[in-house]
Amino acid sequence: MNNHYYHSDDLQKFGEISEFQQDLGKRFFDWYQAVFQDSALTAKEKSLIALAVAHAVQCPYCIDAYSSDAYEKGWSESQMMEAVHVAGAIRGGASLVHGVQMMNRVKGMSM
Amino acid sequence: MKTLKASGNALSDGARQLEILEQSHPHFPQAGVFQSKLRESGLFPLTPIPMEILQINVGKMCNQVCKHCHVDAGPDRKEIMTRDTMGACLSVLQAMPAIKCVDITGGAPELNPDFRWLVNQVREMGKKVIVRCNLTIILANAKFRDLPEFYRENEVELICSLPFYSKDRTDRQRGEGVFEKSIEALKLLNEVGYGKRESGLVLNLVYNPAGAFLPASQSSLEREYRELLLTRYGIDFTHLFALANVPIGRFLDFLLASGNYERYMEKLISAFNPDAAARVMCRNTLSVGWDGTLYDCDFNQMLDLPVSANSRHISEWSEQILQGRNIVVKPHCFACTAGAGSSCGGAIT
Repeated sequence: MNNHYYHSDDLQKFGEISEFQQDLGKRFFDWYQAVFQDSALTAKEKSLIALAVAHAVQCPYCIDAYSSDAYEKGWSESQMMEAVHVAGAIRGGASLVHGVQMMNRVKGMSM
Repeated sequence: MKTLKASGNALSDGARQLEILEQSHPHFPQAGVFQSKLRESGLFPLTPIPMEILQINVGKMCNQVCKHCHVDAGPDRKEIMTRDTMGACLSVLQAMPAIKCVDITGGAPELNPDFRWLVNQVREMGKKVIVRCNLTIILANAKFRDLPEFYRENEVELICSLPFYSKDRTDRQRGEGVFEKSIEALKLLNEVGYGKRESGLVLNLVYNPAGAFLPASQSSLEREYRELLLTRYGIDFTHLFALANVPIGRFLDFLLASGNYERYMEKLISAFNPDAAARVMCRNTLSVGWDGTLYDCDFNQMLDLPVSANSRHISEWSEQILQGRNIVVKPHCFACTAGAGSSCGGAIT
């Protein structure tokens, strides 16, 4: 089956995006590498944030990469699942908070 | 859990493991790939530098059956070094003042009935002794309870396995109850001064991944271990060594059974680091098997790959011939050259 939009092998080819735009590609990967260095936050903490964000943006490549990375860096299964719940809560909350907008509209138009 | 040998698994044969390691795969043509990487880095053939360490594997018997063990050690393994073979090792050590350190491993080396004799003899020569201790052996039987004092009296440097600071990951790799026993043993070692800066008694811990992945940064892991072991259990240690799992023995079996083999090998190959390759431990260390056969390292030993030289047994020791040999390399060597590198002394770059 080759007719999928997503192929797990493509994750390994991420660096190849520079082929079509070398300068921007290089800048992105340099910046990306710098972002994940130990700094005010540790590389380990950043990995867990990345895992949560990967779920929030629902990127299968990012979920693959940061599930491995977070586990390798020592986060436990329950910590990783809690991070996914944080992503889920924010996504759910982001929908629900718009309920206020819906209520405002409905209250504004009703007698 | 049983050893590969006890369960009749074909992987208990080093030749079968090599067959698998040398098979080509779509993403990593194996034949000669490690040699090619060395050649690109100007390191092929890999040759020894002056010898400093003799690593002696005194037997495959162990009180544990860890899932990742490259030795396939366990209670059923009867291969044990005799006092005669130890004597041959001691003769070599006497004749080789350049070898300043003897690194004793197993199995659980303490299960060899002549283990303490060997340690005493080496110490009498004034050489440093390192023992790779699995910790739980100290609590396995009343006769081992005095090991901390024995180690202290002989100023043995200890390298102890504690694959993680949590019970869950440790027990999953090393067996139910191992974490709690390891913590208890570490407390006993601390009590006699091991891991305490002022004592000078070295207690190094070993982290290795509980799965098909490479170790995270050694310095970050050491920081976490230090903080957590101290706050949760009041335990001190000297340094943490982060070791990569070598894809042989029971770890190879796990990789194949779990469908992780190809991906793990790809990871190792893509993480090849020429700086780590230049500093691999097989360059300044020679490994002696339980029967006296000489190997470039403990991993080659478990694959039945003796040194490529006409001095293949401790009783036929020739420094000149051994120093002139080329080190035998195969695809499993990628585990020692990946990322920050890995040796029995942890990361190497």
